[in-house]
Amino acid sequence: MIITLFIPCFVDLMHPQVGISMVRIFEKLGHKIVVPEGAACCGQPAFNSGYWNEARTSAAKVLAQLQDAEAVVIPSGSCGAMVKNFYPELFANTPQVEAARKLAAKTHEFSSFLVNQLGVTDLGAKFPHRVTFHDGCHGLRELNNKRPPRQLLAMVRGLELVEMGAAETCCGFGGTFSTKFPEISTAMSEVKCASALETKAEYVVSCDSSCLMQIKGLVNKQQKPLKTIHLAEILAQS
Amino acid sequence: MSAPATHFKEASRRMAADLRHRRIIQTAMVKYETVRDQRKLWFQDWQGARNLAARTKFEAVNHLDQYLEQFVRLIESRGTKVHWAGNAEQGREIIFNILRAKNAKVVIKSKSMTSEEIHLNDAMVAAGYEVAESDLGEFIMQLRGEEPYHLVAPSMHLTRGEIQDTFAQKLNETTTDSPEDLTMLARRVMRRKYLQADVGITGANFAIAETGMISITENEGNARLTSALPKTMVTLVGIEKVLPRYEDLALFLPMLAVMGTGQALTCYNTQYGGPRQPGEADGPEEYHVVLLDNQRTLLLADAEQRDTLGCIRCGACLNVCPVFRNVGGHSYGTVYAGPIGSVITPHLRGLKQWKHLSDASSLCGACTETCPVKIDLHHHLLQNRRNASAPTAGKPGFFQKLAFKLFAVVANHAALWSLTTKLSRLGMKLRGLVNGSFFDPTRAWTKTRELPPIAKQSFREWLKEREL
Repeated sequence: MIITLFIPCFVDLMHPQVGISMVRIFEKLGHKIVVPEGAACCGQPAFNSGYWNEARTSAAKVLAQLQDAEAVVIPSGSCGAMVKNFYPELFANTPQVEAARKLAAKTHEFSSFLVNQLGVTDLGAKFPHRVTFHDGCHGLRELNNKRPPRQLLAMVRGLELVEMGAAETCCGFGGTFSTKFPEISTAMSEVKCASALETKAEYVVSCDSSCLMQIKGLVNKQQKPLKTIHLAEILAQS
Repeated sequence: MSAPATHFKEASRRMAADLRHRRIIQTAMVKYETVRDQRKLWFQDWQGARNLAARTKFEAVNHLDQYLEQFVRLIESRGTKVHWAGNAEQGREIIFNILRAKNAKVVIKSKSMTSEEIHLNDAMVAAGYEVAESDLGEFIMQLRGEEPYHLVAPSMHLTRGEIQDTFAQKLNETTTDSPEDLTMLARRVMRRKYLQADVGITGANFAIAETGMISITENEGNARLTSALPKTMVTLVGIEKVLPRYEDLALFLPMLAVMGTGQALTCYNTQYGGPRQPGEADGPEEYHVVLLDNQRTLLLADAEQRDTLGCIRCGACLNVCPVFRNVGGHSYGTVYAGPIGSVITPHLRGLKQWKHLSDASSLCGACTETCPVKIDLHHHLLQNRRNASAPTAGKPGFFQKLAFKLFAVVANHAALWSLTTKLSRLGMKLRGLVNGSFFDPTRAWTKTRELPPIAKQSFREWLKEREL
């Protein structure tokens, strides 16, 4: 299969290892990887801020670049939900609505693509650490993606998953919310991190680099003993 | 920024850093979640129950004209006087007319958020009436001069010790801080008021069209006394509280209890069909029902957000909301706090003044996931944001709009993005010079969180090098 990767802006700039891991995983499974040159923003920041016209400008470029893809995989529940759930709404009553629906149908979040589309749960990965998993809100509630990441983690050699009480509680990031209301965002993050720390896990794992950026940003600032890692990075370890 | 926005910014900032408040609310809510989840299991199919509840309320709301008419015809047939209030002022005036006609001096009230919505207490007190709240939580709030903190649990932010102190100061009576002692003290005070009261005012949880009845749910029996002891009873109810059939209560009463407090069923669920009928031993001599619109028909006309009229005010969305849990009910400055309040307040009181509440959300969707009548809460916040940025909504943020426009062009253009990657690294270096100061564009983030560095090699740079 030819898999088209959509690498979101902040993953490209700040978390390249997530993209690199995905390339390695899919190539190991025998698939060919394509990354479109000029598609780094799904338009979610504008969309979530209420600027739907501006979001459509971004999204239209993405639509054009990805329309011929066989399957599109995004290492983020958040950007994934944007393309999969919100594009059809964003393009409602425009000539592009059909293209948006088609793209939505073939776009998948990384972990759900592995488990539900490729039927793979065991990648032969090894990661001998105690971890806890953070459900990103968009992956969990927009994409209903509770099980796939856990199915994948269950097959990683040496990995011990300890669920935290607040696994499904928002980390407080919320895109522009994190800087528009930094005090609320930080308080939410403190609640989240306290729950993660209670598990005595070494790492918080997630399917979303944006959540991990928030969690890592806080624990590093407060010098708490907790590391963060994207699921793809674990699955690429052997 | 509007005055409500300034209040919210200031209050939420203060509360978010209040660790004592955080501990009280988190503990209470985690306990609530545990019992709620146990009780949910008593339903054979909780999701099925939600679907049915959503359908039932949506049917009621979509045929509000018919159901209201039926409700009014039937409840009037037993001698109830029904009044229609278009707005808050009319609602207050109708109630004042009743009070004047009855020559009332003392009014006893059971819990009613709708009465908070029309600021009835303040108006009655200003007009010289003695007003007593009989719900324990509301009674405490009234003594303290505070607005209800939470629409189901008005004083949940207080500890027993604080309630003990409030009673000592305001009632001049000392007691221990045990729940039993505190309740007995409140009860002694309230019992006197019930006997003095000329008029009892209640809210309502449901108005049943099929039988023409008001249904009131409560745990303390205070609403029953409020309705039974004074000679005149008044019920203030929003027009959206209609349920089509009596049997709908079989679903909605347990659902309200489970989601509101984690109980299987609330202690008292009473249906009122009218004043005392010939041959009956108790009940008020006169019964008035005031049906309040107050912008609800505006929401009804909004096809996108009409489902919000299905809200049964269970408070479940507040309980699970991480923003509510951290900023508390008073920060909102609204009658209805939490997710449902953030969605409907811009409709009820003006988008321009209240749009900030829709921004103050990470859109995590915990509210939508829990709502028993499946109101699409967090997507409505998104729609409010969209509506707020429309040119018709006043001055949209010019710079924000421009920034999004530019970003759209740059991020989806290969060469420009490559340039941005390099400029970002330079930007991060330059930021070091202004680190944390007023000129640091990232200070809203970096004050409490570290900023991840721009990678030495971006993903796209890695890919390019690999393909060479």
